[in-house]
Amino acid sequence: MRIMIESKGISKVYPDGTEALREVSFDVSEGKSCSIIGPSGCGKTTLLFIFSGILKPTSGKALIEGKEVVSPSKEVALILQDYGLFPWKTVYENVSLGLELRRYSKKERKRTVSSLLEDLGLKGFENHYPKQLSGGMQQRIGFARAMALNPRILLMDEPLSSLDALTRETLQNFLLSLWKNNGMTMLLVTHNIEEAVFLGEKIVVLSSRPGSVAEIIENHKVGDVNYRNTEGFLEKCREVRRSIEDGVT
Amino acid sequence: MPGSEEEHRGWSYLIIGFLILVMWHLFAVLLNSIALPTPVAVFYAFISGIKDDLLAHLLISAIRVGCGILFALALALPLGMVSYKNRADKIVAPFIYLLYPFPHIVLLPLVILLFGIGDLSKIILIAIIVFFQILVTTRDAARNVSMNYIYSLLSLGASEKDIYKHVILPASLPKILTAMRISIGTAIAVLFFVESFATTKGLGYLIMDAWSRMAYPDLYAAIVTMALLGFCLYVMLEEVEHKVCAWVYV
Repeated sequence: MRIMIESKGISKVYPDGTEALREVSFDVSEGKSCSIIGPSGCGKTTLLFIFSGILKPTSGKALIEGKEVVSPSKEVALILQDYGLFPWKTVYENVSLGLELRRYSKKERKRTVSSLLEDLGLKGFENHYPKQLSGGMQQRIGFARAMALNPRILLMDEPLSSLDALTRETLQNFLLSLWKNNGMTMLLVTHNIEEAVFLGEKIVVLSSRPGSVAEIIENHKVGDVNYRNTEGFLEKCREVRRSIEDGVT
Repeated sequence: MPGSEEEHRGWSYLIIGFLILVMWHLFAVLLNSIALPTPVAVFYAFISGIKDDLLAHLLISAIRVGCGILFALALALPLGMVSYKNRADKIVAPFIYLLYPFPHIVLLPLVILLFGIGDLSKIILIAIIVFFQILVTTRDAARNVSMNYIYSLLSLGASEKDIYKHVILPASLPKILTAMRISIGTAIAVLFFVESFATTKGLGYLIMDAWSRMAYPDLYAAIVTMALLGFCLYVMLEEVEHKVCAWVYV
């Protein structure tokens, strides 16, 4: 299987001297999903910013399809936790923003956005502002905006962490089907163990700051909504938890 | 129901406006001095002023104050917005901190020496003073925009120009418009100052002229007109704010 995302010994030291990442290496094959988990402040977000071409690593390389990432690419969509949507833009404007920035015509934008909103059950909310909608709906709009450019790679930074438990599970299922139906490669940063296990075929456990790879856990049973209710799922969660605790101490 | 709420507010404005007039009237009667005529006397002076050239003076004043504010906005907005970047702020912030506390109104002699005693120097003095008020607010607002909004936009393939258009400007606009509303009061105070000498046009001139003629009803008619000018500008800006910052009010 072709390698889609590769982190080759990435280290990142910020100008103020903070060391965020140290020698992080892992890879994700095409169409696979990978969770990155670790204690807060372990540089998980930094890693996503590097892969989306916003930040440059101090040393090491971020490769996508074997090519070094130097600038934001149309193939890669990034979803951030709380600030993904722009409160001053309507649902329609938010979703079509990526297309607008990439100079798609008005007609194309309208067609793509309308069908996306219909698919995600957001039809009729085009002219609402984000704050008029529930947290779960807002996050679905975030997904819609990321999907508008039809990316092959989806990078997510704790996309569901501000939601209540029930909405969160619904959206995890939604994310799972989104990933299965679109054949994207998915990289999910989370601090929630269940989420990491439910959505990541591969789980990269990072140690606390500076983040470095503590362990990579394979998790092949991902893909079924009912995985969550199996004994194997719970066993995997325990394994991940142990690994995180080892990384902290 | 928003409709009835709106209506409710309209009524309270009318009632309180009327109350102010009543208080003025009582005060004038009690004081019994030619220096404070009753609202009725001022109203007659206002009407005869309109028949004369009050509106022409109002127009001149409105143009001076309007141009001053727009001038200030045109300069302060870009300077304030680029300050979201640390590199730009390193230059803008010291300018603000060193020049803002300085009483700009004392630049009057310099402005007159450079630009003469015509409308231009009046507009420029208003602009200088309002400029700092808008700049300080815009800069603060731009620097408070979360970097995550900017990262989000960059990941979608945004250019530098897009950051201003899609993030910095819309995110700062509510605060910028509030600053502009506040600066109307200042602008009109400066307007009075610059119109109080070396001109024969404008409401400030009318006030000084009526004062020297001891024509007190005329004096108050001019004052009320100036207040109305401020009030109209204020309401106009509020309307603009509701239109362009609709997201704040939903």
